[in-house]
Amino acid sequence: MNLDSLMLMRDELLLTLIILVVLIAEIILSPKNKKYIIQLALGLFGIYTIVSFIPLPKGSLFGGSYQTYPLVHYFKAILATGVFLILLQSVSWIKEKLLPYDFTAEFFILLFASLLGLNFMMSAGDFLMFYLGLELSTMPIIALTTFEFWNHRSIEAGVKYVMLASLSSAILLFGVSLVYATAGSINFDVIKGALHLPLLEIIGLIMIFIGIGFKISLVPFHFWAADVYEGAPTVISNYLSVISKGAAVYVLMTLLFITFTAFQKEWNWIMYGTAILTMVVGNLFALRQQNMKRFLAFSSIAQAGFILLAMLSNNALGVKAIVYFLLVYIFSNVAAFGVVHVISLKSGKENIDDYNGLYISNPKLSLVLMIALFSLAGIPPVAGFFAKFFLYTAAASKGYYVLIFIAVLNVTISLYYYLLPVRAAFLRRSENPIPYFKSDNYSRIAFIITMIGLLVLGLYSGVFEFISNISNIL
Amino acid sequence: MDILTLFVVVPVITVLIMVLFTKDLKQARMVTLVGMLVQLLMSINLIVKYMEARGSGNHAIMLFEKNIPWFTEFNANYHIGVDGVSVLMILLTTLIVIAGTFVSWKIEYLPKEFFISLIVLATGVYGFFISLDLFTMFVFYEIAVIPMYLLIGIWGSGPREYAAMKLTLMLMGASALLLVALLGIYFTSASGGQSPTFDVLELANRHMDVQWQKIFYPLAFIGFGTIGALFPFHTWSPDGHASAPTAVSMLHAGVLMKLGGYGIFRFAMFLMPEGALFWQDFFLILAVTGVTYGALSAIQQTDLKYINAYSSVSHLGLVLFALLMINKTAWNGAMLQSLSHGFITALFFALIGMIYGRTHVRDITKMQGMMRIVPFLSVAYVIAALANLGLPGFSGFVAEMNIFVGGFLNNDLYKQILTGLAVTSIVVTAVYMLRLTGRMIFGPTTKIYTNLPKAYWYEKTAIALLVLFITLIGTIPFWWLQFIQDSVNNFIQPLIK
Repeated sequence: MNLDSLMLMRDELLLTLIILVVLIAEIILSPKNKKYIIQLALGLFGIYTIVSFIPLPKGSLFGGSYQTYPLVHYFKAILATGVFLILLQSVSWIKEKLLPYDFTAEFFILLFASLLGLNFMMSAGDFLMFYLGLELSTMPIIALTTFEFWNHRSIEAGVKYVMLASLSSAILLFGVSLVYATAGSINFDVIKGALHLPLLEIIGLIMIFIGIGFKISLVPFHFWAADVYEGAPTVISNYLSVISKGAAVYVLMTLLFITFTAFQKEWNWIMYGTAILTMVVGNLFALRQQNMKRFLAFSSIAQAGFILLAMLSNNALGVKAIVYFLLVYIFSNVAAFGVVHVISLKSGKENIDDYNGLYISNPKLSLVLMIALFSLAGIPPVAGFFAKFFLYTAAASKGYYVLIFIAVLNVTISLYYYLLPVRAAFLRRSENPIPYFKSDNYSRIAFIITMIGLLVLGLYSGVFEFISNISNIL
Repeated sequence: MDILTLFVVVPVITVLIMVLFTKDLKQARMVTLVGMLVQLLMSINLIVKYMEARGSGNHAIMLFEKNIPWFTEFNANYHIGVDGVSVLMILLTTLIVIAGTFVSWKIEYLPKEFFISLIVLATGVYGFFISLDLFTMFVFYEIAVIPMYLLIGIWGSGPREYAAMKLTLMLMGASALLLVALLGIYFTSASGGQSPTFDVLELANRHMDVQWQKIFYPLAFIGFGTIGALFPFHTWSPDGHASAPTAVSMLHAGVLMKLGGYGIFRFAMFLMPEGALFWQDFFLILAVTGVTYGALSAIQQTDLKYINAYSSVSHLGLVLFALLMINKTAWNGAMLQSLSHGFITALFFALIGMIYGRTHVRDITKMQGMMRIVPFLSVAYVIAALANLGLPGFSGFVAEMNIFVGGFLNNDLYKQILTGLAVTSIVVTAVYMLRLTGRMIFGPTTKIYTNLPKAYWYEKTAIALLVLFITLIGTIPFWWLQFIQDSVNNFIQPLIK
């Protein structure tokens, strides 16, 4: 092992470095200069995001427990972009709420540490690294959900999350040990060759699926989602719903498509059932929500159900569809949560009814909200349409027409609730709408990037072609 | 840039100009009008080019084809091209939007956004009519549908939120069925080692497996049929019409509902001929029910907009009915009816909007003797009514003539009986149209409405434009039929082998 091979871990090393720099800055900066930590962390992370797009060769480290290849590398870059957008949106929140308590550096350190964990989890070549990454990503999030500690809902969210997260990782760990017991190894490649389909391995796989399903908030492991999303700071809800979920989906995909591909028949019916359940339950609960954060929580549960459609394909098309969908989903959900966040910060209002007449007072923000929701609902020419279309295509490639039929019916249901905020903002008129306000420049930049992303990603096929070219991981 | 893509690009540019530079109603409507006039010139140019090409012996199925790779992974291409029917449909769209712009000349609430939504809708419709690729077609279809939500929801009247939501959900639900059918067509085309394709002309050559056709054809038919007011999936249409602002009703009935018949003609039946023949009898019942039920419902209504909405259900039911008859005469009639109904209904809704704008009442029992108060509008209304009930000299007559003759050309008794049932709708139409005009237009004048303003110049322009084309189709049907026959002859081939 030499320095060159260590460079394979460039992303993780850089991220660790940033964490250390922020930590040192926290120590040496005097209290009145603490506000510069925001600029420092944002700047460093911006550089990291750009650097993460520089190509890396394929390779593995530590005897195969760390693996990198173009797809996972670019997926990390996508996640970094997502986190950067979330950070841009959170600047004013940090200034307003965290700076007085001197929690700024902790926020950044914890968030970056969680991202670091996700990176390790996706790059894992064995279950040890996978589990370490998973825990490293979960622990900081528990702390972050309680960051609005003056709000009892935030504390409640943290407690709920820590209970259910530890339960789910215990189940996952048990599953891993069952797989280890039969296959005799924790290395993915070895396991792949050693699977003989005894009952223990299937049970192990199901338990691992439950553990990851919790992170993706698949039904019936979704109960934490709405409460945590509602109670946690919006920034963290946003992070949970896109970044952490995206990484977990990616890991589930690689586990199923590569490591446990021999069990396809067995996990296909699990996926089939879970997909229908997740879509239907997510949609039906989303219909009745008044709080925008709960609403987006259930919407993101339903979206996870759609992702499972492509999981059924177990082919290269599925990989492409999933990665592309996640990319688009990150942009859509970050934008939607961003609008909710900005409005909640400026006016304290989070209910759909409070959005009545928003277009008259804040036209640009309403447009962002509309485009983001249209993308989530899958309406062209916004990118979400193409992403969903490719998910169906992946499922149809294996002939799951009935499932697609159920899915498209669910899309129609989902359209109803995605139109509710649009209805409030555009159709309804209000005596006292949320007054006009200028959002800060950072969130504006984030909104502009997401909007450009949502329009370009779909109409310009180059991005999809690029993902398609690097998706040869099977 | 080719002359077809311009139909998508010019509206987008118009929208961009509006977003960036216009501030008030005057600027917005001027930009819209200029943009639409450019598109009118483009449509006329397209017709001229088309006639030149056909005149010089170019007998390709589609003219001005262009095939640009889009998502090469899925073989989904931006493949466009036109034949006779699409050329006419594009002309129809342009004219209706122009008329709609004139009708909305004085719109007060959020004018800029109104015109932008209108143009976006038109863009989707243009794109739909030029698409030769199922993927592209589907994208444009949804782009055409979604602005309706905002148009009805924001500028509508009455239960606008309900109507907008109902319309959007039903049309999107229908498009969901369509989507399943498209994916089915796409993946079953992969047999024999070829890569699957969305390309319509290519798919027609590959001959989809008959078993699969029987499964996917009804999905496609209902998917398209819903937007074409197929009974019992038409319920979105009366509510939508009643709540929509005038220009939107015009566009909705005049253009958007045409996507249904056109889609069945161009995609569903062409790609799945055996499926179409298998399901023919079943859907005929639905179509005939729609025709008679729509007409009978119209009798019951007293709201002007509902009368026309149900009349639309009846007349568009005839389009589906004619398509299901599967012979050239009926198909010629179907396409002619699409055009004719587009102009007639647009005229109706324009007039209803103008009358309502003056009296603020749409209930026919509450106004009488409009002829003395607003003579221009009343005369135009009588013309529209006569055209609608199929008086010779107007477009409705030639279209329905072709349809019913086509229906009776079938040798089997079942279809002849159904045709006979459908013919009764003419009588019913005459009943409600004549009764309506007799009560509302003629007779003693209602006192409270004596001082209403006469028609303004922009209203007259819109009406004159529409009446002109209704009479043009009615008096020189052969000129229009040459376009239609050109495309019917090609597209009926797989079905009458």
